[in-house]
Amino acid sequence: MNSTGNLVRIAQLSCGAEYSGIQAEIDSAVKQVNAVMVYPEVDIEDIENIEEEFGLKVASADLKLMMARAKSIVTGKVKVDAVFVATCFRCAEAAIVRSEVRRYLNEKTGIPVISYSFTERTTAGTLLTRMEALTTTARRKSLLAREEQTGLTAGIDSGSTTTKSVVMKDNRIIGKGWVPTIKVLESAEEAFNNALEEAGVKREDIQAIGTTGYGRFLVGEHFNADLIQEEITVNSKGAVYLAGKQKGSATVLDIGGMDNKAISVQDGIPGMFTMGGICAGASGRFLEMTAKRLGVKIDELGKLALKGNYQNVQMNSYCIVFGIQSLVNSLAAGSTPEDVAAAACHSVAEQLFEQQLQEIDVKEPVLMVGGTSLIEGLPKAVSELLKVKVIVPDNAQYIGAVGSALLASGFILK
Amino acid sequence: MKVFIYPTNSLILSDLVERFGHEPLAIMQEIGKKVRTPGLDSPPINITPEDPKFGLKYAAVEVPSGVRGRMSLFDSLIADAEAAIVVRDPVISFGCMGCARTNELVNFLVRAKKIPMLEVDYPESEEEAKEFVYKISGFLKSLGSRAGEEEA
Repeated sequence: MNSTGNLVRIAQLSCGAEYSGIQAEIDSAVKQVNAVMVYPEVDIEDIENIEEEFGLKVASADLKLMMARAKSIVTGKVKVDAVFVATCFRCAEAAIVRSEVRRYLNEKTGIPVISYSFTERTTAGTLLTRMEALTTTARRKSLLAREEQTGLTAGIDSGSTTTKSVVMKDNRIIGKGWVPTIKVLESAEEAFNNALEEAGVKREDIQAIGTTGYGRFLVGEHFNADLIQEEITVNSKGAVYLAGKQKGSATVLDIGGMDNKAISVQDGIPGMFTMGGICAGASGRFLEMTAKRLGVKIDELGKLALKGNYQNVQMNSYCIVFGIQSLVNSLAAGSTPEDVAAAACHSVAEQLFEQQLQEIDVKEPVLMVGGTSLIEGLPKAVSELLKVKVIVPDNAQYIGAVGSALLASGFILK
Repeated sequence: MKVFIYPTNSLILSDLVERFGHEPLAIMQEIGKKVRTPGLDSPPINITPEDPKFGLKYAAVEVPSGVRGRMSLFDSLIADAEAAIVVRDPVISFGCMGCARTNELVNFLVRAKKIPMLEVDYPESEEEAKEFVYKISGFLKSLGSRAGEEEA
């Protein structure tokens, strides 16, 4: 885990965290990634004048404090490596400030920023992946600058639904393995062995291994991995690498089996990002259930969706239970399987749009990755919603494994 | 009398209420209770994720957790208030609880109690400041005589 790295100073710009009772959870997550939270000092005059200077008038004093603290970072009064911007979920005024503070810091500094809207149910576990990504970006800029895979390395992505592995040699994928995740270690072994077999190399020849995904710690420990890294960093790197878009801006979208990620990337390094994991109706699982109900394989659902029109199906809910019920009702009312498949893809895309893409700048190229990106109807639905072309790179389902193998090659010389 | 003050952490208002022989209902005492509660370790003010649930008494779950957490601190102050002094549009240094939505709800609840209440604008000049103190002291004195009348 990257917590063994140097101490990272994170500035906390927040409103309501202490009164929601979650400050201890934030501190716990920060401690686990070997970081320390700092609260930029500001003078009372800074708070009183900030609305004029920032150009945003708000009623809540804690939001003025957030803006004043952001300014003290921009002007260099306080030195930090990363910034955590957080406000209460469902506070409209705070959402505007959170978004503008993040944009302000993004434009005026090169400091990595993450933003989060919390409730009293937010836990350290929820925040950990985000903090891990934030500190990695701050701590490992040179590693993240790597654009080519060198030597013979492997990557294992232990996801919630499937486990993927690749073996790479001299900037090329030479072996791949993809199996359903059943028992985390056994599935990782199987995927890795498949990749090794296809590559025609022995395990002991592999010079460095990187792991990512939900099972990254367990799998990383088992394989004595050189790099154990969360998905935000790895997927960003893997996506721009596979799409050949390593320079400049990009947006990476990954609809996973258990959660979704939307990441705004600059030169292959994640900037703003959001992770969702509240609703199964917005995940790959929803599409799996739709495929099952339609009696088709998951890899056939996408092609079916391309032939359908989502507007012919009335969906009353995004929920994995009631949404599926809507689809079933539509089938009973005479809708075609093609229209139902298209409606399911549109429903997932719409939730990604409503819940996550509101919080990040959607800059082209928009890259869709992960296993769900191969369900052709989904990138199409996202493209229609965002009014931009969506690119699905080759081997998009191996994004985490490729990103891990690429970054792991940075450890070969060590 | 127990006099609710707004801003609820205003040291000046709290001091004025005490000087006229009344008990100020200020947020400092509630935070103090939290901080001194043994066995709790949820820094900085020992509010835990359970506290916003107590705030459900005043606002539904759709209201941000930060508002409900603050409301849990105000609970006993609102319940105990026998009179109230509310300063309109104060500067931050006069006292502040950080969240405008909480302030709106607290002021509404205090007004809804129909207790003796003084609402006064924050002074912008020295002259207004004198008038400000004069109005507050007049109100506090009237409470005293009212309490005396009740006792008599």
